[in-house]
Amino acid sequence: MGNIKTSDLSIQWSNVLEMVYESRIDSVGLNERVNSLATRSIKKDSKLEALNMIVSMCDLTTLEGEDTEGKISQMVAKAIKPNPLDSSVPSVAAVCVYPSLVGTAKEKVQNSDVKVAAVSSYFPSGQVPMESKLLDTKYAIESGADEIDIVINRKAFLEGDYRRVYDEIVALKEVCQDVHLKTILEVGDLKTYENIRKASLISLAAGSDFIKTSTGKLSIGSSRQACYVMLKSVLDFESMTGVKAGIKVAGGIRDAKDAIRYLVMINEEMGSDWLNPELFRFGASSLLDDVLKQIKKLKTGAYQAGYYFPRG
Amino acid sequence: MIDWQYSESIESPDIVSIKKKYTNYIGGKFVEPKSKKYINTISPSTEELLSKVPLSNEKDINSAVKSAKEGFEVWSKLTPNQRSRYLFKIARLIQERSREFAVLESLDGGKPIKESRDFDLPQVAANFFYFAGWADKLDLSWATKSLKPYGVVGQIIPWNFPLLMLAWKIAPALATGNTVVLKPAETTPLTALLFAEICEQAGLPPGVVNIVTGDGSTGSLIVNHRDINKIAFTGSTQVGKLIQKSLAGRDVGLTLELGGKAANIVYEDAAIDQAVEGVVNGIFFNQGHVCCAGSRLLLQESIHDEFIKKLEKRMQSLRVGNPLDKNTDIGAINSKEQLDKITGLVNEGVEDGGELFQTECELPGNGFWFRPTLFTNVQPSYSIAREEIFGPVLTTLTFRTPEEAVEIANNTEYGLSAGVWTEKGSKILWTADRLEAGVVWANTFNKFDPSSPFGGYKESGFGREGGRHGLLSYLKASS
Repeated sequence: MGNIKTSDLSIQWSNVLEMVYESRIDSVGLNERVNSLATRSIKKDSKLEALNMIVSMCDLTTLEGEDTEGKISQMVAKAIKPNPLDSSVPSVAAVCVYPSLVGTAKEKVQNSDVKVAAVSSYFPSGQVPMESKLLDTKYAIESGADEIDIVINRKAFLEGDYRRVYDEIVALKEVCQDVHLKTILEVGDLKTYENIRKASLISLAAGSDFIKTSTGKLSIGSSRQACYVMLKSVLDFESMTGVKAGIKVAGGIRDAKDAIRYLVMINEEMGSDWLNPELFRFGASSLLDDVLKQIKKLKTGAYQAGYYFPRG
Repeated sequence: MIDWQYSESIESPDIVSIKKKYTNYIGGKFVEPKSKKYINTISPSTEELLSKVPLSNEKDINSAVKSAKEGFEVWSKLTPNQRSRYLFKIARLIQERSREFAVLESLDGGKPIKESRDFDLPQVAANFFYFAGWADKLDLSWATKSLKPYGVVGQIIPWNFPLLMLAWKIAPALATGNTVVLKPAETTPLTALLFAEICEQAGLPPGVVNIVTGDGSTGSLIVNHRDINKIAFTGSTQVGKLIQKSLAGRDVGLTLELGGKAANIVYEDAAIDQAVEGVVNGIFFNQGHVCCAGSRLLLQESIHDEFIKKLEKRMQSLRVGNPLDKNTDIGAINSKEQLDKITGLVNEGVEDGGELFQTECELPGNGFWFRPTLFTNVQPSYSIAREEIFGPVLTTLTFRTPEEAVEIANNTEYGLSAGVWTEKGSKILWTADRLEAGVVWANTFNKFDPSSPFGGYKESGFGREGGRHGLLSYLKASS
């Protein structure tokens, strides 16, 4: 899956504007569809398959002021072997940290397949001059980040300055080059489905490899409804440009049941191409532990206490 | 890339015990048919025999009507409040036993369990609750106190929503003080017979509800019985016309809810993704065995290609199979006869020149199945654009202007329902105003509520079911 280069995209700003102004979403119908997908009953083998997929799609995350090198080392170890007693459980996709800890994380992941993602561009608010965002991102990349999670300029978006939102992402994408770029829309700030669709299309057109729901720093995080709006945008973008972009859902997804519902949605709306850590991710901290518990439950029939699973 | 298949998730059929043989329910008793004849009822998803039910003859109908007449003497003299309490009790008992009913409905009729569980049964209970509420407020329903019940009502119901159609018929009839003789459809009699147990459990006075099973001949005996005061029929336009002929010249009330060929109009300024969902729900809900199904998709030419592309992709994700699997979207076609009819019309559509698209899903070996089907390149003159197919088959027509959309939508002998999709409110009102259809849904489809009247224009029938208007179908003005 090659990275998207803005210059490769045949899409012009006028096309983007046209799509943005034609964003029409009926919230009643959308909720109905999303709720109906949530009634799928995933059992037995298909459940185990789903749980393992979820593990492999996790970006194990810690984004706190209190993060230290010690904390990152613990988390990376868990990311590589989520359950040391069960070798059939895969590694997670990536660890996600602040730029200052990218070096440590990179050193600890060593030769494993686990990638290091850094949040940048003054995550979570993004309320700084563009120069600072570029500097923040450059620093993370120079420290060895494989993936960069940036936030869109919600100030500009809500003021209606879509061009500025687009230009900033384009500039950050230039800095990233081949480093995987995930653009956080912060759907809890955007509120309406139309806004989420507009922000999705702008971010995709600007060359984002992934669009991501939330920073996880607001009380309103990801929702299946927001994910649905984003996946429809990704599909429409694909049919226009041929480019398959990914989706990352993050913020408030705490249990396996909820995560499986996201997978069902991806499976039925986007198809098996997207059931893949290259194109779909979960941003998670507590989700992973519940998924590990459910895997154990499926295999042994018993729920085990938290202390059977290593700390991350 | 992972191909993620869902494992089977079967709703256990053990919750319902199906008897080897059933009897009629007449005068509060389960009685063997005097005809001594029975018909088989099979599961359309496996073709296995489920049970045998009476093929009732003239003697059986005579005794059912007689006991309904006797029941009327008791029922009509109860206080409205007492009638209301019985109906509330029935509603609660249905809720308590809803899983049992849902499984039986899916076994006998072939519809997916998620629909019988999440749509049919909640609606059945809601109808009894709703009309229970009216039973002691009839004096408030219309500005006159001279409305009286008909007496004995004969009710003949179809196989697409067996228990729900029973509820639509029995709840308002009983609430208004009538007693009933009800005949469920030949292929789906079991939930009505289970409902007889509910009547017994509720302690309903003998003769208020009588349930007799049989085929078309049994229905005709009810229609032609001299002591019947009113007929309520839901089914095909063809049979509806026969009933109306038989009743001409007799003092018997009649309401008919018949066929449909609803237009689902999608304007270019609709929320396209949600319109695709609505169109899918409009035609593939209950295998398309829905009289108000949105079976004619009217697309504005400017969005035709984009819409069809999205629609075909969405159709591919429909899961066809075992009705008891909780992940099944489309179950079995109700009968061999219906499957043949659908197949015939689809073949005709291809011969006429329609472009056929069918999904690639695998179909089970036994039972009656039909792939979700879409026709494009169809002209309004083709039979697939005019006749009611009553299956999972959608026919696409195109239009250029709102005026043309309305003209095509109304160019049919039917007029039961219609759908309008646009984000522009004024266009919804403009269109709805001009559509000759009993129900017009805007930016949604197949939404039902007991408080909302339902019924047709033109050959889709007359009389309304549901709501305050639904009470009038069971009351007549007396001097």
